[in-house]
Order: sequence, then C-alpha cells, then structure tokens
Amino acid sequence: MTEPIISATGLGRDFVIRTGRGLRRRRSITRAVADLDFTIEAGAAVGYIGANGAGKSTTIKMLTGILVPTAGRVHTCGLDPHRHRRELARRIGVVFGQRSQLWWDLPLAESYRALAAIHRLGPDTLRTRRGTLVERLDLGEFLETPVRQLSLGQRIRGEIAAALLHSPELLILDEPTIGLDVLSKERLRQFLLEERAAGDTTLLLTTHDMDDVQRLTDRIIVVDHGRMAYDGTLPGLVERVGADRVIVVDLEETTAPLADVAGTRLLGVEADGLRQRLAFTPGSTTAAAVLAHVSARAEVRDLTIEEPDIEDVVRRLYASGT
Amino acid sequence: MSALAVYAGLGWRRWSAYRTAAAAGAFTNTVFGLIKAAITMGAIGAAGGMLAGYDALTGATYAWLAQALIGPVNVFTWSELAERIRSGDIAIDLARPIDPQAGYLAADLGRAAFQLVPRAAPPLVVGALVTGLALPAELLPYLLGLVSVTLAVVVSFACRWLVNLAAFWLLDLRGVMTLYLVASNLLCGLVVPVHWFPPWLATVAAWTPFPAMLQHPIDIIMGRAAGPEALVLLGEQVAWAIGLLVVGRAVFEIGARKVVVQGG
Repeated sequence: MTEPIISATGLGRDFVIRTGRGLRRRRSITRAVADLDFTIEAGAAVGYIGANGAGKSTTIKMLTGILVPTAGRVHTCGLDPHRHRRELARRIGVVFGQRSQLWWDLPLAESYRALAAIHRLGPDTLRTRRGTLVERLDLGEFLETPVRQLSLGQRIRGEIAAALLHSPELLILDEPTIGLDVLSKERLRQFLLEERAAGDTTLLLTTHDMDDVQRLTDRIIVVDHGRMAYDGTLPGLVERVGADRVIVVDLEETTAPLADVAGTRLLGVEADGLRQRLAFTPGSTTAAAVLAHVSARAEVRDLTIEEPDIEDVVRRLYASGT
Repeated sequence: MSALAVYAGLGWRRWSAYRTAAAAGAFTNTVFGLIKAAITMGAIGAAGGMLAGYDALTGATYAWLAQALIGPVNVFTWSELAERIRSGDIAIDLARPIDPQAGYLAADLGRAAFQLVPRAAPPLVVGALVTGLALPAELLPYLLGLVSVTLAVVVSFACRWLVNLAAFWLLDLRGVMTLYLVASNLLCGLVVPVHWFPPWLATVAAWTPFPAMLQHPIDIIMGRAAGPEALVLLGEQVAWAIGLLVVGRAVFEIGARKVVVQGG
C-alpha cells in the first residue's frame, strides 16, 4: 500500500473580511473551505467540482502551499505544502486557467528553457521531453512566437506543456478548458488521456465542463459552500440526484403537446408542436420506450438526446440538501 | 546553466525585444542631455568658471554620464512586481522552485546589461561631439566604474523592489511611486551633482542610498574618486546593496505571509 499522493483531514480555511473604517470597522469571518476529508491515490484522475465560490481554488492553493489552512491538515506528495513549497513545486505541475506561468514578451521556447533551468533538467532530458510535448500538443508552429501573440487555445496548450515539462507526479489543472472552442477542448482532452495512459501522472482537475469530467476523470468530488457534497463516480452522482436526460423530437407535422408519455415530463413545445422536448430519468424509462411512444403519435423526423449537464447535476445535488 | 543565469538571459531578451523603445529612450536621454549640459555649463560659468571642483568641461561630462546611466541603472520607477502582487500573479512566483528576489534581481541585471550600450552610447557620442567629454585616459577607472555601475543597478533594484512591495498593503501605489521618483531623482545626483548640494541637503542625501545609484559610479568613472576614495565609494555601494536586499527579503516574507497565511 503506497501513501496517497494527496491526503486532507478536516481541511478548512477561513478568511477574515474587514469592512468599514475607523470605529465602524467590522471583522467578519468567511468560511471558504470547511472539514474536507479526502485522499487521492497515485495514478488517479479526479474531478473537483463546485459552483463559483464553492472553495475549489482555495483548496488548490492549500494543496500547492500558497495558502495555509486555518484548520486540519493536508499532505501533498507526502509533504506539508506550505513548509516545503519549493520542494513540492519540483514534484507537481499546476495550471491556473486564469494565470500564466509563461514569459509574456518572449517566445514560448524561451519559457521552456527557463523552466528547464528552474527544474534543473539536463539538456538531453529537456530535448526529449520538450520534443514529446511539442509533438503531442502540436506546439511546433508557434514555438518561436511571443506568448502575448498566441491565441487562447495555443497559450493554454503552452501552459500545459510548461506544467508537464519536469514530468511531475501530480498535475493540477484549475479550469484548463475555460474559454476554449469545442475543437481545442477536444484536442486537449485527447492529449490528457494519452498523457495519463503513457505514465502514472495523477490528475486533479477543476472544471465546469461536463465533458471534461466524463472523459478525463474516474472519480469526482463535489464541494458546496466549502463542504464536501459528494465523493464518488459520475454515474453514481447522476443516479443519486436522478438527473434527467432530455429527448428532443422533431416531428413531420404539427402535433398536440405530448404531455402524457409514460415516465417523461414535457419541457417545451416549439413551432406548434413541430419540436417537443421531453425529460426522463434514466431507470424509470428508456430513450427507446419514449421514442416508440412518440412514434405511435406522429412521424419522427429527427431526434437528439441531451445529457444532464454538470451544473444541473450539481444544482440538484445542492438542492437535495445533502 | 544555473537558473539565475537563465533569468539574467531572459531579462536581456525581454528588453532586447523592444528595440524601438530602447531607441526612443536613448533619443530622449540625449535631448535632455543637451539641455542639462547647457544648464550645467551656464551655472558653472555664472559661478566664475569653477563650481565644487567642476569646470565647464567636467560639468558637461557629468551631465552626459548621468544621462547615459539613467537607462541601465533605471533611476525611474518600475511596477512589474506591484502589478503581479495586485493581480495575484505573485502566486505563480511563489509556486516556483526559485527564490523570487534572486530571480527578479538576475532578470534586472540582464536588463541592465542589454541597456548598457544602446542607452548609454548615444548620449555619450553626442556629448563628445557637442561639448567634448573629460574622461580619464587610463583603464582602471572604467573597470572600477563597471563594478560600480553593476552595484548601482543592484542598489536601484533593491530600492524598487521595496517600493513595489508596498502593493501588499496598499491598493494604489501612485503616491509612493511619485514620492520615490522625486526623492531618488533629486538625491541621486540626476538634476545636479550631489557635490553642489548645500550642506544640509548633502547630509540628507548621504543618509539615503540614492547617491550610490548615480553619483558614486560617475565619480569613479570620471576619476574624481580614485584609489582609496574609489574603494570607499564601492564599499558604500556594497553596504547599501546588501542592506537593502536583506530588508527587501524580510519585507517580502512578511508580505507573502500576509497572502499565504491571511489570504490576501
């Protein structure tokens, strides 16, 4: 049994907020994170999910040592992150979606040279590792372009390569796909899947994107107002909150609202009934049964099925008050 | 290659990426050099041809050397660190396995090394053509001068580092920056040589690190301070550099603790 790569026990962080001035000055305490208990084994891929302000970034700052917990303990790679921040920095890679660790005015390649020196990579190690990342993240075209001139998608790929250059044991990605177009997201996911398959890098990912979670992680932790709301698999979560799938049918001719299809709820009717949206809970009925039912009423020209989105699932989880 | 050497290289390359800016800076320094040389020579003339050991030619030389060193020493303000503190990007610096102060100092030395020739040569060449320059004929003052300019960059960096750290506590640094700019430009000898100051102001200047940023290296290059006197000035620069860096380090630790422990 190896030691977990991250272990948090009763982890909490309060912030003191000061408002007003002089005698009117007040102190109030905001609890950003409270009582988090979890461990992540080496090699796992975990999605860390929650609404804005749920405490995701605060947790990540504590895991990486740039914020000290006010309660509980945390160990990352077996180290106390705050006390051994620099040592830890040699063993983990972090991408903060909103911040850049690249040198803004210089070509991407210069940043890698600098990072290699900081991480004390030998010239051979740098060449091989950089070669692999450049090829797999498709950086070749803009390696000599100043970072400030890169598109968002190019820059994020550059950031991820920067975080992985020293082959860290743990890769932490804080909303890496935010703002990317569908194609860029897909390429990034493909890369992360390959990277995980190739090595034993542990992945911790915060995201708002359901597809990220579905494709990249095998476990999710949901936080709500700083507290653990769920820890398990995604299907387990969907099952627990009973998240609905939505079937959208386009019909050949105007049809009365399909309000009485067994096991479904009618969400909406458009264009005099040419398009209708039906929600159903997996388990209570199947898409095939719904389709058969609808086909008996009208000829179906086209259909799409919308999966529950993470926001919706999380909202339901929050609402269920667990 | 060590990480600090790479940082110095990055400092060089970051600044060499903006050649037009370097040319514009050199042009400005040269134009102001013409004005300052004329005023300095006029003042010396009005004082009877000699003022605190400067005649017209050495006075003009002083003015040109001061203009030449503005860029490399950076006697003006710098706010990169303050902006990173304000935006929270300082977290990136904290999360790197390298000492932030050492890293920024190395990058600033790289910047100074790049700016030495493009920013210093134009005012000196124009000065040599327009007023002439009174410079020593032997090599030693230039070698000591190079050491002194390097130390001046370190002192200047250490001061700017401290000013920037105020961003840990203040939302708006404009006041602090303006105060620093006025105090440093006057007391470093950029406007007139420190040797021209009335005794009370000379005493004030002597208690600040500012003369170590400009007056000292110019005195050494011009040979006004030679031999043991030059060594005393270099010693003073070393003392300021070490003292200010140590204080800057301690203040950074306190500021970083505020971010890390109190949460910003």
